[in-house]
Amino acid sequence: MEEVKPQLIKITFDGIEVEVEPGTTIMQAARKIAEADESQGHLVPPAMCYYKPLPTSGGKCRACLVRVAAGSAKDPRPMPKLVPSCITQVQEGMIVENTTNPSVLDTRKSIVEFLLINHPLDCPVCDQAGECHLQDFSFEHGSVKTRYEEDRRTFDKIDIGPFVQLHMTRCILCYRCVYTADQITDKRVHGVMNRGDASEISTYIEKAIDNDFSGNVIDVCPVGALTDKTYRFKSRVWFSKPEDAHCDCDKCSGKVTLWYRGDEVIRVTARKNIWGEVNEFICNKCRFERKKTSDWVIEGPTKVKRSSVISANKYRKDLIAKPDFSLRLAASQFKPIDDEREYTTDIETVRHQSIENNDKANHRSLLTDNRN
Amino acid sequence: MATKILTEHINVPGIETFEVYRKQGGYAAVEKAIKTMSSEEVVEEAKKSGIRGRGGAGFPMGMKWGFLAKPEGVPRYLVCNADESEPGTFKDHHLMKSIPHLLIEGMIVSSYALGANKSFIYVRGELMYVIRILEKAIEEAKVNGFLGKNILGSGYDLELVVQSGGGAYICGEETALLESLEGKRGNPRNKPPFPAVKGLYQSPTVVNNVESIANMPWVINHGGDAYAAIGIGRSTGTKLISASGHIQKPGVYEIELGLGVDEFLNSDEYCGGIRKGHYLKALVAGGSSVPILPAHLITKTAAGEDRLMSYESLSDGGFATGTMMGSGGFIVFDETACIVRNTWNFSRFYHHESCGQCSPCREGTGWMEKVLHRIEHGHGSLHDIDLLVDVAKKIEGNTICPLGDAAAWPIASAIRHFREEFEWHINSPKEATQPGAVFMGAVLA
Repeated sequence: MEEVKPQLIKITFDGIEVEVEPGTTIMQAARKIAEADESQGHLVPPAMCYYKPLPTSGGKCRACLVRVAAGSAKDPRPMPKLVPSCITQVQEGMIVENTTNPSVLDTRKSIVEFLLINHPLDCPVCDQAGECHLQDFSFEHGSVKTRYEEDRRTFDKIDIGPFVQLHMTRCILCYRCVYTADQITDKRVHGVMNRGDASEISTYIEKAIDNDFSGNVIDVCPVGALTDKTYRFKSRVWFSKPEDAHCDCDKCSGKVTLWYRGDEVIRVTARKNIWGEVNEFICNKCRFERKKTSDWVIEGPTKVKRSSVISANKYRKDLIAKPDFSLRLAASQFKPIDDEREYTTDIETVRHQSIENNDKANHRSLLTDNRN
Repeated sequence: MATKILTEHINVPGIETFEVYRKQGGYAAVEKAIKTMSSEEVVEEAKKSGIRGRGGAGFPMGMKWGFLAKPEGVPRYLVCNADESEPGTFKDHHLMKSIPHLLIEGMIVSSYALGANKSFIYVRGELMYVIRILEKAIEEAKVNGFLGKNILGSGYDLELVVQSGGGAYICGEETALLESLEGKRGNPRNKPPFPAVKGLYQSPTVVNNVESIANMPWVINHGGDAYAAIGIGRSTGTKLISASGHIQKPGVYEIELGLGVDEFLNSDEYCGGIRKGHYLKALVAGGSSVPILPAHLITKTAAGEDRLMSYESLSDGGFATGTMMGSGGFIVFDETACIVRNTWNFSRFYHHESCGQCSPCREGTGWMEKVLHRIEHGHGSLHDIDLLVDVAKKIEGNTICPLGDAAAWPIASAIRHFREEFEWHINSPKEATQPGAVFMGAVLA
């Protein structure tokens, strides 16, 4: 018997036509475009709070606001306000403007600014640096200057349970961890307290989160607010090498990513897809206790995007063999950010500047080596 | 004498009791609606009356009722929004404590129209004594057969529940109110789905303001057309205005929409003019979240026409030279009021009341408050003014609920109309922060 397929809906996203199933959100349609053609990855609206594996998440950070130039084929009026693409469902004939609309980009820049005014910007000491969504978001859409002169809001660090530390100062209140605690664990002891910019993620009177899946809040956190205490300050993300592995676990799927430094497993996380979302949640035993290679069956190196800092060490050999590759990539992807410094896309100049910078860096490191 | 719909009997002694209210013709609308009309006919009357939501947005109530989804086997709810927390607005409080049976009668009629068998009145937490008054009135209505099972032998059941809020301004936003009513944190929901489709407990729900519902008994008794005959244009009926500030007679007044702003402000029947020896400087016409107006735009619009107390006339000229009807919180400032301090005070309120769910409002309201605090205390710089305008623009329209807009509008409009005063605060901080500072010939309090 032939399966009855639902009627597909055709929408136009930044001038690209795509057919999706009814009930799809604009964000998912954009991701479909990018999955079909990798070069269109930059079209996908950024997501700071939306997390596909957690239903009802999204709509809070306003990073993914897009303009709907025509609501549907039946009613082609534009929507009066920018809409959050992560929760707005597509309609037949909808025309969406994302990177093609200056007001959308302008708003996105202001969202970065809003998210950063109370963020400590302590990336140099933050465990999340290198795989932080806020870093990516502000690098892609933000401004290099800040207009905020006031004191930033701060909180004390809280230990929630033996494995997780909450560093509320870094939190952007995406509510992902709240949804995780609500949806994949059975007892809810974790939520948001207070209002406005004083609101904080918290457990009731600093009660420990104590269940087998609590560690997943670390993976869903887009910033470094919830960190793994067994991994704290052990390494930087780009010094470690991810390997896919699995084991027989009676509680979860056992499919994980092991993060190696040398021969040592320094961290275990769930596997993430290209959008930074966890495929299958893992249990605390896999995450925190199985830290020996002998506990796992190794499947092979995790696929990491070449543009990611995680691949910097891993693909070192490639870079030496084909030095022009990274330069050409850098030159072609260079875009004017909101900075008054001059920039160039001329490959020879970029090469020259890069060598100069490297020399300076080497010189500095030699000096420090000598001093020691 | 202007028509009084809500406050006609408000001064009758003992009107808060069932017997006196009944003697004044109370609960006649319930008898008429339930015995002689179908629910569709009641909705039709509401549509004919053209009554617009009195909570602030001014959306036609009959149309809102018409949007209510009616799937089989799913209960429908009516929720009365009595979480009146807007600075400058105190009309619902006055109405509920003085004449509680009017609201209850309106709730019965409206619930009947919508086919709701359980309705809620969500009262803000601070008004504990009003909750007791309402509960007593509900008990009286129940004893006399106007509430509970089989009302007046018609087979229609209605249970009325009074729920106390926790005292958050955000819970006056309809979806946050529903979340709070469900026992959750009062965060506004993303729309769509609208409450008319998925509201309280994921069932179709209508949320209406106290004043809108309290108008329904009159609409049933006299007909929607008679209601529509009062007022001007699309602003039909009467409106309660909470007048406060530097006027002779602050208080709650019921006016026919279409009354001149000048008459309302200066006649002895209403505000009685600015307090003696002072003159008008600015006006907030509809509660703290609407744009502030300078003296020359209050009684006349930019085009030179008389400004009237109606939805259309107050918003004449858009936000450049107009304001909004809002919830009717009429705050008058004379020349002793410092606009910068007032704007800072408003922004402090919105900073405190932002729920913290979406980033522009959570971070932006705090940012604006801190910048205004700095300007008010003499540490501002000139580019702070442009910064405020820009931040307000970035918040407006980009948030989940209208609280972001409400926080941005007063600041943007104060800078639009009173920029010199902000500049004076920045350029002469020593003078401006002194008590008794003189700005443009006026001594600031």
